[in-house]
Amino acid sequence: MNAPVKIETTLKDWETDQEVRWCPGCGDYAILKAVQRTLPQLGADPANTVFISGIGCSSRFPYYIESYGFHTIHGRAPAFATGAKLANPDLDVWLVTGDGDGLSIGGNHLMHVLRRNVNMQIMLFNNEIYGLTKGQASPTSREGTKSPSTPIGSYDHPARPAAFALGSGARFIGRGFDVSKHLPDVLKAAHAHKGAAFIEIFQNCIVYNKDVFNDFAAPKGAEDRQLWLENGKPMLFAGDTKGIALNRETLSLEVVDVTDGDWETAGVIVHDVTNRSVAHMLIEMPFGPFPMALGVLYDDPRPTFEDAVIEERKKASEGKEANLAKLLGKGQTWTVSGTAQDPV
Amino acid sequence: MATAAPSDADRPHSGLPASPEAVVVRFAGDSGDGMQLTGGQFTLSTALAGNDLATFPDFPAEIRAPQGTLFGVSAFQINFGSREINTAGDAPDVLVAMNPAALKVNLAALKPGGLIIADTGAFTKRNLDKAHYDANPLEDGSLAKFDVLAFDISEKTIEAVKPFGLGNKDALRSKNMWTLGLALWMFDRPREPIHDWLKAKFKSKPDIADANIAALDAGHAYGETAELAGPLKQVHIDPTPSAPGLYRTVTGAEAVSLGLVAGAQLAELPMFFGGYPITPASAILHHLARLKEFGVTTFQAEDEIAAICAAIGASYAGQLGVTSSSGPGIALKTEAIGLGIMTELPLVIVNSQRGGPSTGLPTKTEQSDLYQAVYGRNGDAPMPVIAARSPSDAFEVAIEACRIATQYMTPVMLLTDGYIANAAEPWKVPNPADFEPFPAQFLTEPRGEELLPYKRDEKGARPWIKPGTPGMMHRIGGIEKHELTGNIDYSPDNHQRMTDLRKAKVDNIAVPDQDVCLGETSGKLAVVGWGSTYGPIHRAVDNCRANGMDVSHIHVRHIWPMPSNLGDLLRGFDHVLVPEMNTGQFKTVLRDQFLVDAQPLTKTSGQPFQIAELEREIGKFFDGVPGNEGGQVPANDQQLPSTDGGAK
Repeated sequence: MNAPVKIETTLKDWETDQEVRWCPGCGDYAILKAVQRTLPQLGADPANTVFISGIGCSSRFPYYIESYGFHTIHGRAPAFATGAKLANPDLDVWLVTGDGDGLSIGGNHLMHVLRRNVNMQIMLFNNEIYGLTKGQASPTSREGTKSPSTPIGSYDHPARPAAFALGSGARFIGRGFDVSKHLPDVLKAAHAHKGAAFIEIFQNCIVYNKDVFNDFAAPKGAEDRQLWLENGKPMLFAGDTKGIALNRETLSLEVVDVTDGDWETAGVIVHDVTNRSVAHMLIEMPFGPFPMALGVLYDDPRPTFEDAVIEERKKASEGKEANLAKLLGKGQTWTVSGTAQDPV
Repeated sequence: MATAAPSDADRPHSGLPASPEAVVVRFAGDSGDGMQLTGGQFTLSTALAGNDLATFPDFPAEIRAPQGTLFGVSAFQINFGSREINTAGDAPDVLVAMNPAALKVNLAALKPGGLIIADTGAFTKRNLDKAHYDANPLEDGSLAKFDVLAFDISEKTIEAVKPFGLGNKDALRSKNMWTLGLALWMFDRPREPIHDWLKAKFKSKPDIADANIAALDAGHAYGETAELAGPLKQVHIDPTPSAPGLYRTVTGAEAVSLGLVAGAQLAELPMFFGGYPITPASAILHHLARLKEFGVTTFQAEDEIAAICAAIGASYAGQLGVTSSSGPGIALKTEAIGLGIMTELPLVIVNSQRGGPSTGLPTKTEQSDLYQAVYGRNGDAPMPVIAARSPSDAFEVAIEACRIATQYMTPVMLLTDGYIANAAEPWKVPNPADFEPFPAQFLTEPRGEELLPYKRDEKGARPWIKPGTPGMMHRIGGIEKHELTGNIDYSPDNHQRMTDLRKAKVDNIAVPDQDVCLGETSGKLAVVGWGSTYGPIHRAVDNCRANGMDVSHIHVRHIWPMPSNLGDLLRGFDHVLVPEMNTGQFKTVLRDQFLVDAQPLTKTSGQPFQIAELEREIGKFFDGVPGNEGGQVPANDQQLPSTDGGAK
């Protein structure tokens, strides 16, 4: 793969002439801006960037980014993206999906693109609802969610996107939310990760599931409810007065008080993005007793699928000549001579 | 029926002559007996001896069905001769039965007076019970109207491989090679190619290779030396006169794979093949997986949907996307095919049809996906469909599919079936240089002031723009789009125009005029086929013409769009008969497209048409045919389509 050439662009260069058709106030606007703000910082080349999406509100995203874009079919974006990456590994692919598209109809493809580790950024906009079909409960809706299809409240247990991704073999898990000022940092880290980088982005559907994330995303008291993780830094929140420690008896995380900044005495652990076990605990940390873990939860690259495919093709072709005429006449053949037997 | 000239069905039945024109042999045994292998190697030696041939592998869906059972019987039929061979043969002259179940399942097909070669060693009480025989048919006189050659092949095999110190169980695994050796002797075939093949196959286990060679030689020697008065005698078949050149055998699955590789080369594109395991289509994935040096990427996806979506993704990025499956898998791919049609990207979809609906008959052949191919999508979603008529024809048809897909920016469905996929026939190796290249063109800069990703060329095709091309950024998707810019556009006029443009593009694909492959271009009866019915129709029409019937054979490759002269051609005949292995799907399309009184002749037994049954149906259209006085079908070209299923 060629080293990507860094291109100078501005936010404006990433805007299309298409009218954005999301509901006024939708969290998608903030995510769109965050992405358009991030791409110039990455030195991304619009000609080499491809946004691929499925179906749903989030999947309209490619129409609004001035790059190549492919709005595909419901749930299948990971498969299209895999084909595109195998055909041209140099493309910088961003996948846009939602909780319904990615975890319901497309759960299978999401699992496989993660386990294969195809090099791309996968943004899952989680608004815990089906927006474009007018508000039915989704696989991430909390139990008891009232919707047109669940009039007295949903009763199935919600899927947990980041836990699903980790279980599927993802080597990068990031989390953020639509209006967070840290979202571009998570996107940048995802882009820097070589392999399938999974980012769960909590997104406010102001029409069908309004403010469902306000418990941790509302600006007021955010410090106490958000744990922004940084590699090599202690897991501190609430103005460094609280931290996350490991209870060595129960092998589970716990919130501890930190006095005078002495987090070491309090037993607060240092975030190591390559620690898969701790990443799992951070993902599963129940909000309420714990803050919401945000930022880069896990980042431990391994070889990508497309590199393996290229390597295999190289090995399989070694010493072989791509001669079609010879291929056609391969195996046990016989010759009918023109003189011994005349054509009929 | 009684006819003046002999047909395959009514050759004299008094055993095999010393030099027959053609012979049909069926090897039948337990799934674990290696009958497909035996048949395959017999096919190879027959091809090397210069005979024309056609084969019909017929095996159960289960991998290792319980031993000795009726449903575990696996058979391989080969028809070979000194003249042109079109089918695997209606009824075998020789049946090799490796156990009682194989005899029971296949006996009904055997010609009266045909030869049964049976292994008495396998006709044990236990095996007879499993095959539901109350008495041993080899001993109770029930096979009186056949020639029977029964002896202990199992014992003779064990004897032959004794020097190699194998246990009885392992020794018996060479039983098929012993039998093959006998068959090679019977038809005067060389053993060397099989020796070579065994040595190559068991390269790392020379003992096993030697044991199998010993078994093969022993079977051959048995034929040569045994003082057998009776049915066993050597038969000689002259080579078939053929056009000079280099030949090999090829199955449909091989020919499709090679044709796709050739097509991608002619388009000057790397090929991306997305597949998912399914019978009988998997063989194409297996073949292509070994051809990476030709710029082929094979991707075994997580499901049928991902297989086609990845192929479309690869086409989007500038390669030739290909996917392949059978009916149930094609059903899953349907939504993605619609996206391919909407985004107008090249894609080849190979459908190796099998018996349906649902899981149906995975290992049996049928042509019942024609409606699915032509009509089976949501919305007005026109797509070209072409069909291969034989294993070797599949090579050219695959190239044609690649040409249409890349030249017209469209998904194309290539129809084969289980019979074509598995059957082998001799193939005159083509020269790739004989095919006209059709290099794909990518648009790298706007044609005018503005970038218009949906502005069509004179063929109605939109430009192919690869992501990665500077200054050409644009968005595509499944939502209706503006006829020039490709931006989302739901407006009524635009959708009307786009629907019309998509239809016109496919309608106007340049398709060669339809020819008549046998007989006159007008007359009393046209037998119109498509796909793998080619062989039996061709032979049946040939036989009927030899009997003086005014009948022609038309075989259609381009199912959609159809050749523009086809309607006029059909209207030149008093009657049109459409034999197909479904309930009359192509017949309906012909009636719809041309308002012709096409009559169906249908069969859905999972077995190919027999020549004799086609001759019988053709005969009904003719007055004065012995046994058909007056003709059952009135010779009236004004006849309206009957409502009861026609001439069936």
